[in-house]
Amino acid sequence: MNRSTIDLWVGIFVALGLGAVLFLALKVGNLLTLDRAPGYRLEARFDNIGGLKLRAPVKAAGVVVGRVESVRLDPQTYEAVTTLRIDREFQFTKDTIASINTSGVLGEVYVGLDAGGDPQMLKDGDRIAKTQSAMVLEKLIGQFLFDKAQEQKAQEAGGGGAKVTGGANKGDKK
Amino acid sequence: MSAEVAHGVAYWLRRLGGAVTGGISKLGYCARFLLAVLWHSPHAFRRIHLTLREIYFAGVLSLIIILMSGMFVGMVLALQGYQTLRRYGSDEQLGILVALALVRELAPVIAGLLFASRAGSAITAEIGLMKTTEQLAAMEMMAVDPLARVVAPRFWGGVISMPILAALFSAFGIFGGYIVGVRLIGIDDGAFWGQMQAGVDFWPDVTDGIIKSFVFGAAVSLIAVFEGYDSKPTAEGVSTATTRTVVISSLAILALDFVMTAFMFRGAR
Repeated sequence: MNRSTIDLWVGIFVALGLGAVLFLALKVGNLLTLDRAPGYRLEARFDNIGGLKLRAPVKAAGVVVGRVESVRLDPQTYEAVTTLRIDREFQFTKDTIASINTSGVLGEVYVGLDAGGDPQMLKDGDRIAKTQSAMVLEKLIGQFLFDKAQEQKAQEAGGGGAKVTGGANKGDKK
Repeated sequence: MSAEVAHGVAYWLRRLGGAVTGGISKLGYCARFLLAVLWHSPHAFRRIHLTLREIYFAGVLSLIIILMSGMFVGMVLALQGYQTLRRYGSDEQLGILVALALVRELAPVIAGLLFASRAGSAITAEIGLMKTTEQLAAMEMMAVDPLARVVAPRFWGGVISMPILAALFSAFGIFGGYIVGVRLIGIDDGAFWGQMQAGVDFWPDVTDGIIKSFVFGAAVSLIAVFEGYDSKPTAEGVSTATTRTVVISSLAILALDFVMTAFMFRGAR
């Protein structure tokens, strides 16, 4: 085998390999979308973040506007402190509400932002005042069972009139 | 009678002990051999055409088998994955499934196994035959170190080829998955790529795969050159060494893969 022919083939081989890595980086992975436009940071405190992970999306009206940059626990207040990195092109009002949502039953957990009507906008490093924690399924079920038990107790106490007042009892619990 | 039994037991004990100490001393020899190869590595890069030639034999000539296997593995993954994902109504996730399985796990491992049997065995047979026909001894007579001239270029040729082959395996596998998933089954084109891009990160998913393939390349190349260099200089010795290369490097790939995956997932949590 001629030396220059080998050089040519090895060159093609290496170029193919670089092309494959480039393909994996740009088309398969998200190397470009990952470090696009440097954003600003917002802080949001939650009582419970559920299954929120690092790099989880931050969405407004379903559109991804940023990512969760860090999650830590405040040792004084026992609140979860999350730092959200928001793309610079999106501005949010001072009275924005941050909530932790799940897309679908088994879907990923994300932070949802709902903008309000305040004329002032949040700046880098600001804290989102109003937050809504994650719904923990066990707590919801527990609450539901507790309510049910209370309802039954009330029905038994009410005696024969339970059939008519059953609906009203349910409302009284709230 | 009892003396015969005692002899038999002593014989088997000796054989067991011999196998253990033999294995350990071979491991030690292999480690010493690796250091010697690394010591002579500058030679492989000073005379780069030697290494380029080995990249040609180990890498370029393995291209067809790697690309074809990659494509078929990707196609099978897409078919199998679709059947399961469809039950949960999440067939758009097929892109993530195919890409993550290939990039993180299947591409380095299967490309490594193919590389061991396609290129590793050839390297062992070549070096073993050189030893049998006393070419290595002749080189030493001419004051040419066979480690620098023969072994180091083959080692580095394998180490460099393997990550490239694994990356190509991934790329062609994903292409195969695309053909089956989008063209044949009819999953939405945008959902396939979009979900894939949302779920696969260059760091750490793709880089983990590259690190793995690099380690597998080094392991297979070391085992191949070592078994060739250490083979008995007979026709039978070369054939045994070739078989051992394929068996040991396959086991090494799977064991190393488990260890590295455990470490990588611990880091990612």
